[in-house]
Amino acid sequence: MDFATIIQMLDSTVRLATPLLLACLAGLFSERAGIFDIGLEGKMLIAAFASAAFAVFSGSVWVGLLAGIAASLMLSFIHGMASITFRGNQLISGVALNFLASGLTVLLSQSWFGLGGRTPSLEGAARFSEITLPFADAVRGVPVLGPIYADLISGHTILVYVALALVPASAWLLYSTRFGLRLRAVGENPAAVDTAGVSVVAIRYAAVLICGVLCGLAGAYLASLAAQFGREMTAGRGYIALAALIFAKWRPWYALTACLLFGFLDAVAIRFQNIDLGVFVIPVQFTQALPYILTVVILAGFVGKAIPPRAGGEPYVKER
Amino acid sequence: MTLTKHLLGAAATLALFAGAATADPALIYDLGGKFDKSFNEAAFNGATKWATETGGTFKDLEITAEAQREQALRQLAGAGFNPVVTTGFGMSDPIAAVAPDFPDTKFVTIDGYVDPAAHPNVLSIGFAEHEGSYLVGMMAGMKSTTGTVGFIGGMDIPLIRKFGCGYAQGVVAAKADAKVILNMTGTDPSAWNNPTKGAEIAQAQKSQGADVIFAAAGGTGMGVLQSAKDQGILSIGVDSNQNHLFPGSVLTSMLKRVDVAVYDAMKAGPDLETGVKGLNLASDGVGYAMDENNADLVTPEMIAAVDAAAAKIKSGELVVHDYMSDNTCPAAQF
Repeated sequence: MDFATIIQMLDSTVRLATPLLLACLAGLFSERAGIFDIGLEGKMLIAAFASAAFAVFSGSVWVGLLAGIAASLMLSFIHGMASITFRGNQLISGVALNFLASGLTVLLSQSWFGLGGRTPSLEGAARFSEITLPFADAVRGVPVLGPIYADLISGHTILVYVALALVPASAWLLYSTRFGLRLRAVGENPAAVDTAGVSVVAIRYAAVLICGVLCGLAGAYLASLAAQFGREMTAGRGYIALAALIFAKWRPWYALTACLLFGFLDAVAIRFQNIDLGVFVIPVQFTQALPYILTVVILAGFVGKAIPPRAGGEPYVKER
Repeated sequence: MTLTKHLLGAAATLALFAGAATADPALIYDLGGKFDKSFNEAAFNGATKWATETGGTFKDLEITAEAQREQALRQLAGAGFNPVVTTGFGMSDPIAAVAPDFPDTKFVTIDGYVDPAAHPNVLSIGFAEHEGSYLVGMMAGMKSTTGTVGFIGGMDIPLIRKFGCGYAQGVVAAKADAKVILNMTGTDPSAWNNPTKGAEIAQAQKSQGADVIFAAAGGTGMGVLQSAKDQGILSIGVDSNQNHLFPGSVLTSMLKRVDVAVYDAMKAGPDLETGVKGLNLASDGVGYAMDENNADLVTPEMIAAVDAAAAKIKSGELVVHDYMSDNTCPAAQF
């Protein structure tokens, strides 16, 4: 395996990890505030559809992005209503939203475009273009560092950089601001937050809506990458993001590591179908299953411990 | 509770099929969906052609989950539709389970296989995908300037390996030292609808030198074709003629005449001859697509070479190895 192959695989890793990272951070905000969200998949899906559809109508990727975020926020708001205001079961609400997104996207897409749940292909300004960072071409000739900068760091779409920037931003918001402290407290001990005179409901809604915005970005990224919406095109990424969230123990920097790891495994599976180690052959199916196996290992407590926020999944009741 | 459920189910079924004239044919699409621009859409086109020619009507149904297969078969057969035509390899077992309960209804499975001795009212239609793939493989081999071509399959099942194996044989026949990179998108049904991953695999194959990529991957293939266009390399479509999707970038399409199979089955109606039917190159069941969208990409020499090979295959002089006959491939390693 030569250096160029490694760069290419890492480049692929970044592209594959980006939607996972955005969805994982989305889940992180929601779950840290005590709202379990298995509806990440549905939110990404509806965002992918809305962003592709409105990018087709307007010819502008930015209109598409806003539409994607709006659609995802709508589902977030429903999830918030169900699980915060009406104190419903958060898992059931999440599953229901996944079904809603799965059906609604195909239905609307078929009635708007008549292409069987697909949108027309996005072209030109309707897609995010790749950004070439300054001096990328000039330093390409420099050994080792040149290709790393020109091929790996440069040449991604804006959302990749946004996703990476969101990691320190999330860490700062959660651990260094008053809002972050309250958000984490709401997920651990909402009664204490309530006693301090802070609205549990408002904080939880804020968390759920942040989750919606991030899922919207993830969906728009997928639609732009594939240059169209296709039915069920998220293909389980929302669930992998949840696995990454557990793997990351609900922490932003760990989330980055987990998503890059899962993206890397995906890139390996794409690049090398079966890995021949000489002694035995690792089948590609094993590489593809590895993210799930790792998550189970973490959950079982073999490698560290994954402790979810204590008040997660519990609706907050002020008085009985 | 169960009684209510049954009553509701019965009411729903009645409502669904109220007014359906008996002995109309029915068509059940596979999980890829009716308008997949490929396999299932070809079935729909065949049925539509039958309907416009004869003025008849047909009922069609899209399933969204594995569990609905048997349910859909029972509902349509129970409502009097005949024959019930289905697409996709996954229908084999459900048809074998349902067919004995409706001895007067004829079932057709395209891509599936049901034992004709045990189920006399079932027609299993299989295509010689390896022969069609061989021809487009030859084209890829001749067109490639790098000497490396790619294949991207959807879900990793023997049928898709059959495509890949035939393709690899064709590539090697045209260019003996050519390298074929084979990738499968995944191992579960979501692999049929993952265009983002398809695009990523296409990028990975290009970085390994591939300049022609054959996608046999349902909806995932759309991502492959798009990515090939973005990167300035060529792609090959599958099942339906996909040349028009990205004109000038799709080299050709491997045609699998599902439309003809559906049309013939509906035309025969309830008198359909059952058993096992194979559609191959000789019976025009498979082939490659030429139209104005790819006319500039294909040279007369390529067409001459491919047509010569096709003639040899038809006459039996050249035998393309079928992966599903012994689960091995002489030209490629899965």
